[in-house]
Amino acid sequence: MKGGRAELLVPALVAAAALAACGFVVVYVVDVDTQFLGLALGLSLLGLAAAAIVAGKALVPQEVVAEERPDFTDPDGRPGVEREARELDHVAAAGVEGISRRRLLGTAAGAAGAAVGAAIVVPIASLGPAVGDRLRESPWADGVSLVDENGLPVPASHLETGSFLTAFAEGSDPERLASSVVVVRVDPGELSLPPDRRDWAPEGIMAYSKICTHAGCAVNLFRSPLYPPRTPGPALVCPCHYSTFNVLDGGTVVFGPAGRPLPQLPLRIDSRGHLIAAGPLSGNVGPAWSGVRQS
Amino acid sequence: MIRRLETALEERTGSSSFLRATLRYVFPDHWSFLLGEIALYSFVVLIGTGTFLALFYSPSAAETTYHGGYEPLVGQQMTQAYASALHLSFDVPAGLLMRQTHHWAALVFVVAIVMHLMRIFFTGAFRKPRDLNYYVGLTMLLIAVLEGYLGYSLLDDLLSGMGLAIGYSTALSMPVLGASFATLVWDGQFPGSDAFFSRMFITHVFILPAVLAVLITIHLVMIARPHHTQFADPGHTERNVVGIPMWPGYALRSVGLLLSVAGALVLMGGLIQINPIWLWGPYHTYEATNGAQPDWYLGWLIGALRLVPAFDVTIGGYTLIPNPFWGGILFPLAVFGFLFAWPSIERRVRRDRRQHNLLERPRDVPFRTAVGAAVFTFVATVFFAGAADRAFVQLGVPYETQVWIYRGLAIVLPFVAYWVTRRVCEELRARELTFGTTSPVRRIRRGPGGGFSR
Repeated sequence: MKGGRAELLVPALVAAAALAACGFVVVYVVDVDTQFLGLALGLSLLGLAAAAIVAGKALVPQEVVAEERPDFTDPDGRPGVEREARELDHVAAAGVEGISRRRLLGTAAGAAGAAVGAAIVVPIASLGPAVGDRLRESPWADGVSLVDENGLPVPASHLETGSFLTAFAEGSDPERLASSVVVVRVDPGELSLPPDRRDWAPEGIMAYSKICTHAGCAVNLFRSPLYPPRTPGPALVCPCHYSTFNVLDGGTVVFGPAGRPLPQLPLRIDSRGHLIAAGPLSGNVGPAWSGVRQS
Repeated sequence: MIRRLETALEERTGSSSFLRATLRYVFPDHWSFLLGEIALYSFVVLIGTGTFLALFYSPSAAETTYHGGYEPLVGQQMTQAYASALHLSFDVPAGLLMRQTHHWAALVFVVAIVMHLMRIFFTGAFRKPRDLNYYVGLTMLLIAVLEGYLGYSLLDDLLSGMGLAIGYSTALSMPVLGASFATLVWDGQFPGSDAFFSRMFITHVFILPAVLAVLITIHLVMIARPHHTQFADPGHTERNVVGIPMWPGYALRSVGLLLSVAGALVLMGGLIQINPIWLWGPYHTYEATNGAQPDWYLGWLIGALRLVPAFDVTIGGYTLIPNPFWGGILFPLAVFGFLFAWPSIERRVRRDRRQHNLLERPRDVPFRTAVGAAVFTFVATVFFAGAADRAFVQLGVPYETQVWIYRGLAIVLPFVAYWVTRRVCEELRARELTFGTTSPVRRIRRGPGGGFSR
């Protein structure tokens, strides 16, 4: 581009940018609209950008300069680098000249440094409580009612075969990981629960912890096949990493990265037809840590 | 006028000679050298927009009922954090523009850092004397990823809550220390106490940006001291640096780039919707949504978490190493470990401890280029595996089949990439030797006396 044209183009671009910036203010005052705001401010900045780039490439003198690099990047390692290092060493050594028992002083300083460092770091422990049994706590026990989001008891008759709902331990904070369970109903004839869990599924209704044992997301997909010959059996699926748990045999992992089965809650139905826990969950809820039981 | 200002400055600071040298500082001209600058300017935009957002955001997990400008959520129970994010999106003038620009800037920031890293890696710019600065850059990439994760976790919509659940589970999966560490950070079991949001907030808006700002300063000083690298063009030697001086040419171009980056990000923030948090709804531990995808720079981690087969290390019925450790901790540790170790590995393999100021073209070092391509292919394959559920919706290939295919590809493709890259590099070099395009064109003139001269 000729210098003469650039001298016209740069002011034109700057003027356009100023106009667009005024447009931003007008839009802000008259009718705040995200699209127009973005358009006005974005175009204003881009106008200035174009002006700066055109000025840099066509207006100011174009020069290419060769500059010497500083000594220390010399690929052949000229004596300058060595000399500088030696002189630095002299200066450093001069500071401790004539001091005896240097090793004792060094050891004492090191010990003090470590102790003070530890004293500074230790208050980090105030951030949180000790783990203790915190991760193992659970509101579930024999006789605890299953309630819905509004705290109302869950009647067994609300569940049709192949459907599922979310329930919580009565009186607990629903956000606690151990509180929420997903309740499913299957054909009792299909069940193949372990022998010690035979009576955990009255009328084919079962409850499993809703928190995935892999990475703590809510297991909110129930894959209940309508055409058994073509698809695998009913399973709970976590949408985060697709860990898949077989509900028929007690929540074992059939696909995906989860390493532990989904904990099952033994159920019974009380005289009013409501779902009640018949005992604690079969295992620890949620993601695993070193020392948790596998199942 | 300017002269008087200069005199006044010199009398008070004695900085004239330094400023003179700075104005004449030489920048070699190559498009790939602008990637790092784009990252720097995205950071500037992030600081600007982030400061605006921080004036409205409330880092609190306390429950509140929503009464804002977004009708479908009115009356819902949610945390103050989420309510304040909705408030600044719907009720604060230009709030949504700032939030979307901030989000786009974060995505571009990490893209620019990764592409800058690839430029540095594939041209050998990390070699002595710049290896220390390469480590500083890698550390900034780590911090940038963590900073971005904290940023979208603060909003406390359904997606960000799911991301935090995964982060908590990954922290918990650290062998032996995991349970104590996660309980410490979250102040109890997930979802943690009210204090957790203040912690994320102060880390996101102060601690990590301050660390980044310090590291950026160190990064720039350590670039300027030995000066930029340059490609081996005619006239370029190990001992000089050839290019455009800061003033006036380069300064204007660089200001142009800053304004271009800012302008493009504001345009995107205004015109292209990103993370519409009002559609996801508030987070509860017992809720999740299908088809969730994180911001792009965490895609490799979700892919790794999904690809690892069900496998825990156990001792007598008790867990020692839970599954998320493999994909969420070991995998990124291995990738960053490789990147940190590479300069010393290469020094050893090539027996080369000299200083280097001239860059190598990727084809000229087939070994490095091929190893880099293999590692990149591995990470990219895992990255795409993270979106397999979306591919299922789009293409209909069953998810489980895809996971098995990706497991195979993650093992096979890196070897293929290594072999292909090596061949391509060698082929390119062989052609150049044949046609002689490596050496610069020289004009030879025959003088009146019959002799040749250059």
